[in-house]
Amino acid sequence: MLGEALLLALVAIRRNLLRSFLTVLGVVIGVAAVIAMVTIGNGATARITAELSGLGNNLLFVTPGQGGPGAPSLEARAFAVSDAEAIRDQVGGIQAVAPVSRTTATVVYGSESRSTTVVGSTADYIATQAWTVALGRNLLDSEVRGGRAVCLLGETVRKELFGIADPVGAAVRVKTVSCQVVGVLAAKGQSAGGSDQDDTIVMPLKAFQRRLSGTNTVATILISAADGVDTAKVQAATTDLFRERRGIQAGEKDDFAVRDMRQIVQTMTATTTVLTGLLGAVAAVSLVVGGIGIMNIMLVSVTERTREIGIRLAIGALEHQVLTQFLVEAIVLSLFGGLVGILLGLGLAFAAAQGLSLPFDVDPTIVVGAFLFSALVGVAFGYFPARRAARLDPIEALRRE
Amino acid sequence: MDAGPLPPPLIALHNVSRVYGRGEAEVTALARVDLEIRQGEFVAIMGPSGSGKSTTMNILGCLDTPSGGDYLFDGVPVGGLDRDGRTLLRRNFIGFVFQGFNLLPRTTALENVELPLVYRGVKADRRADLAARALDRVGLAGREDHTPSELSGGQQQRVAIARAIVTDPLLLLADEPTGNLDTRTSGEIMDLLTALNRDQGITVIMVTHEPDIAAHARRMVRFKDGRIEDDRRQPVLAR
Repeated sequence: MLGEALLLALVAIRRNLLRSFLTVLGVVIGVAAVIAMVTIGNGATARITAELSGLGNNLLFVTPGQGGPGAPSLEARAFAVSDAEAIRDQVGGIQAVAPVSRTTATVVYGSESRSTTVVGSTADYIATQAWTVALGRNLLDSEVRGGRAVCLLGETVRKELFGIADPVGAAVRVKTVSCQVVGVLAAKGQSAGGSDQDDTIVMPLKAFQRRLSGTNTVATILISAADGVDTAKVQAATTDLFRERRGIQAGEKDDFAVRDMRQIVQTMTATTTVLTGLLGAVAAVSLVVGGIGIMNIMLVSVTERTREIGIRLAIGALEHQVLTQFLVEAIVLSLFGGLVGILLGLGLAFAAAQGLSLPFDVDPTIVVGAFLFSALVGVAFGYFPARRAARLDPIEALRRE
Repeated sequence: MDAGPLPPPLIALHNVSRVYGRGEAEVTALARVDLEIRQGEFVAIMGPSGSGKSTTMNILGCLDTPSGGDYLFDGVPVGGLDRDGRTLLRRNFIGFVFQGFNLLPRTTALENVELPLVYRGVKADRRADLAARALDRVGLAGREDHTPSELSGGQQQRVAIARAIVTDPLLLLADEPTGNLDTRTSGEIMDLLTALNRDQGITVIMVTHEPDIAAHARRMVRFKDGRIEDDRRQPVLAR
């Protein structure tokens, strides 16, 4: 009987193909939205997690002021190279410390030029960023101490300026400074914020301060804790050291911040998870709206087919047989909508993953869940119209034109 | 008439009333009707509109239930059955032919005839076989794949008759079966009903308001104001 009901449902759906399609559009959009939102959200989360391991999960960074890395408060005293040296000498469990200053400058080689981020730091910088040198060598300690005009190129800068030519040993011009290329950094790709991490060059901090910024301050100090060392301990020791060095009395607030990269990543992950859930919930609401659309059309269909139902009842269809027929029709419709929605949603998520260069991370639970939910929508919103059809009075139904 | 006991009546209405509405709006469609019809009879029910003949047909076809009195179908009291019970009785023993044919549109003749078998749970190949035979019986062999819109009125009514007899019913109820047909086609349909009654022993009860159609039946029951006014046997129409 179920097979017959399925066949009848398919015949009825095919008879009104356009309307059937419009009917399920709500479910299609609902399911597609849920799938796309959750899949893209998962991709974003996965990307941030990958970023975390890319940075090494033992990175801390110290900034002056309390406003976060982007907004140091004005009254906070800037750091100097000596602050970084103090950390290296006095805080235990550290693998690398790098004072960092940044600016944006145009780099020129021959007829090619590019505006890029210029980092002034030490040989430890690439260690704190879990970066490696792909070509040539890292900065030497002697070059850092002496403030020699040498630099490492990020992959993007190398490609722009040199193309297929060998950059090592060549001289590029950074603003007015002629700078010898000693190495090229391995490609790293986009950051969680979407910026190109390879669009950078690195030079000794002293050279940066003397020739580019004209100050001897340091914007940020990066600390990489040694393996197996609790970053919270390093964080506490650094805080104590800086309070002492900066003469902050007990009870006074820090005029600097020591942040654990892991905490930041956790915050970001939590945020994307909440956002994914929220968007998914909004999408789920549209699924319910789609279900109401199915109910509406099924009611119209029952009214339109009153006479047909009357004939079926008169020639011996039992109440439950008519109920099954219309219920199966509603379920087939919504499952069809669910299936199309899943494909559309995965397609959208795939396109978005390509566009935003996120990983395409499909959660099978969500796909199966969306499919089952669309079946549920069919049962829930198909039952009422189906019952109305089954309870029709055959005499009345046959009288209807 | 031969001697010997008569078989029990296929249909027995005892004191049957049907009242619609309540209180002031109460309308009596049938008032204490008694009627017995035996297996193998061919009965025409006549009467003006509102006389109760359609109500009687609905009650006989188990589509409606009496407000009072008893309806025994082959000795079974129909009043004691619920809706599904009445449907099962209809499904197994009664075939319907309507004035407006009532075929499913955009559905082939064969599929239309198969429909009662679908609800009886008959397997698909056996269904097609039975339906094809029923269509052959009504003279529509070769038209299995035509949809109602591709058939004439008389052919559509033949499909409807095939659908009614495909389940081998004891009783065929025909409500104005020739109401939408011209005289010649009406004659053909009546010949078919007469043949089914004569050759297969199917009891036929037919509502009509045309005397020449009613003349095909061997018994005529005339209704007026919800009561039986006249009930007489008539000679078989000279052919």
